Amino acid sequence: MTRPSSNPGRPLLVLSGALLIVWLILPLVPLLIWSFARGWRFPDLLPQEWSLQAWEFALSARSGVLESLGVTVLIAATATVLAIAVGVPAGRALGLYRFRGKGLVELIILAPIIVPGIAVALGLHGVFIHLGLTNTVAGVVLVHLIPTLPYMTLVMAGIFANFDPAFEQQARSLGASRLQTFRHVTLPAIMPGIIVGGLFAFLVSWSQYVLTLLIGGGRVITLPLLLFNYAASGRNDLTGAIGIIYILPGIVILVFTARHLTGSNAAIGGFGRI
Amino acid sequence: MTGPGFRRGRPALPHEGARLSDRLRIALLLAPALGLIGLLFGGGLVAGVIRSFNYMPVIGLTEPNLDAYRAVLADPAFLRSFALTLHIAFTSTLIASVIAIAAALLLRRRFSGRGAVTFLFQLNLTVPHVVGAIGILYLFSQSGFFARMAWQIGLIARPGEFPALVYDPWAIGIIVQYVWKEVPFIGIIVLAQMQTLGTDYESVARSLGASRWQAFRHVLLPLILPGVLSASVIVFAFTFGAYEVPLLLGASHPQALPVLAYRTYTDVDLAARPQAMAMGMVIAVLSGLMIWAYLRATRARLRP
Repeated sequence: MTRPSSNPGRPLLVLSGALLIVWLILPLVPLLIWSFARGWRFPDLLPQEWSLQAWEFALSARSGVLESLGVTVLIAATATVLAIAVGVPAGRALGLYRFRGKGLVELIILAPIIVPGIAVALGLHGVFIHLGLTNTVAGVVLVHLIPTLPYMTLVMAGIFANFDPAFEQQARSLGASRLQTFRHVTLPAIMPGIIVGGLFAFLVSWSQYVLTLLIGGGRVITLPLLLFNYAASGRNDLTGAIGIIYILPGIVILVFTARHLTGSNAAIGGFGRI
Repeated sequence: MTGPGFRRGRPALPHEGARLSDRLRIALLLAPALGLIGLLFGGGLVAGVIRSFNYMPVIGLTEPNLDAYRAVLADPAFLRSFALTLHIAFTSTLIASVIAIAAALLLRRRFSGRGAVTFLFQLNLTVPHVVGAIGILYLFSQSGFFARMAWQIGLIARPGEFPALVYDPWAIGIIVQYVWKEVPFIGIIVLAQMQTLGTDYESVARSLGASRWQAFRHVLLPLILPGVLSASVIVFAFTFGAYEVPLLLGASHPQALPVLAYRTYTDVDLAARPQAMAMGMVIAVLSGLMIWAYLRATRARLRP
């Protein structure tokens, strides 16, 4: 730091920041290097030979990566849309009203975050077999709703707690229809919550492993399942390439939503509600 | 059940004795969410309980009993798994919470590179656990990046001499992965809270003669604690019930509870299934109990 500073703590601040950056990036670096490596033996710090083979294979139809990517996007997007459709009304009820039994309702909605998914999924598996929902995309979407819905509802409850319904009444008294009121008054006000809640719902579904494995029965192959298979088979170069492909969509979505995640109006404040 | 995460600009509508139309409206708003969670979550839980009691009329088991629970709770392997899982969840949550608070304190101040750190924080949030676990594996395994560094500077001569940090009995690799992944999660929630609070309270404390540490310990920390608690409960529950990370980074004995439960469930011997269900129920009840006790203990201390 060449800039003179009145604050003696500043170099320490920058150093801690730099350490944090290194620590946050570090685990992703070997994945990236492996994806371009042709063999990378101990004790080389960098591969002797570089290659695009892993990427060529990962992007070819044979690897099943692109097909898997499509299935993963379809499941996560559907689960997110459903979570929004169900979570927004529930968040409105919890954020705007005080009513008898509210504590119980909050507990029921939060329960799926607190009780580990595997405990529920094992029981649900038997039920889904009877309903013909195992090994289907629909079944996987349904089971993904269990961990996604609470996040969506939590965020929306936080947003509605700061929402003034008097604006809706004014719009209505000025002659706006219910739909117009929702479209032009309510929706813009709650949009940050829908974005952040939707981001969380998407990511929770996107990252899901064991629920997909159990209910999808090895027929519905999302990217984490495929990635795990390649990692277990010791193909580090392919694992690296698929790993990078797997994290890219999340980063793209984040770029468009990041500004809602921090700041004094951050919609994430709803998480303080447990 | 509210935290200082929100500004309470407007009091909730006075609905003690709410009008019928309002109650109907609330019920309609909640119905889809409660219905879905009741059917999927409640249904799964109930089905699991029934089968854990060895009740399966389809294959002729019509006398419910506690055999599965007896077998599971008497099994030393299960108890070792339980101890390991508790250690993983507790240690990960504690370390992640402390680092997250420190990181949030750092990120609310202005310094060059803050934007980059904040973005990386958020970016890390989007990285699935499986990817993080594989990255940790490539860094910490005995032929991984750190072992290579140790060889380059002459600390070790063979990969086997590098300390076992993954597949190890203390679950170090698993904990490192959880800390890596959960620090940003807790940190972002805490940061949002700090930014909502602003620095006025601490400034007042400082102007009244409090040291930096005192201002943090007695003014800021109590204000952000509810958010830290909420986030750490989510993290504890997740790490207690997660499957893929211990599967990738854990030793083969003892296994984390969820791994054990899944393996028992998918065992070729169908008679083991009630035991898997019993394990699932034990996982559910234990994590619920521990979170309840934790919230009770910490909330009681929060009240003046």
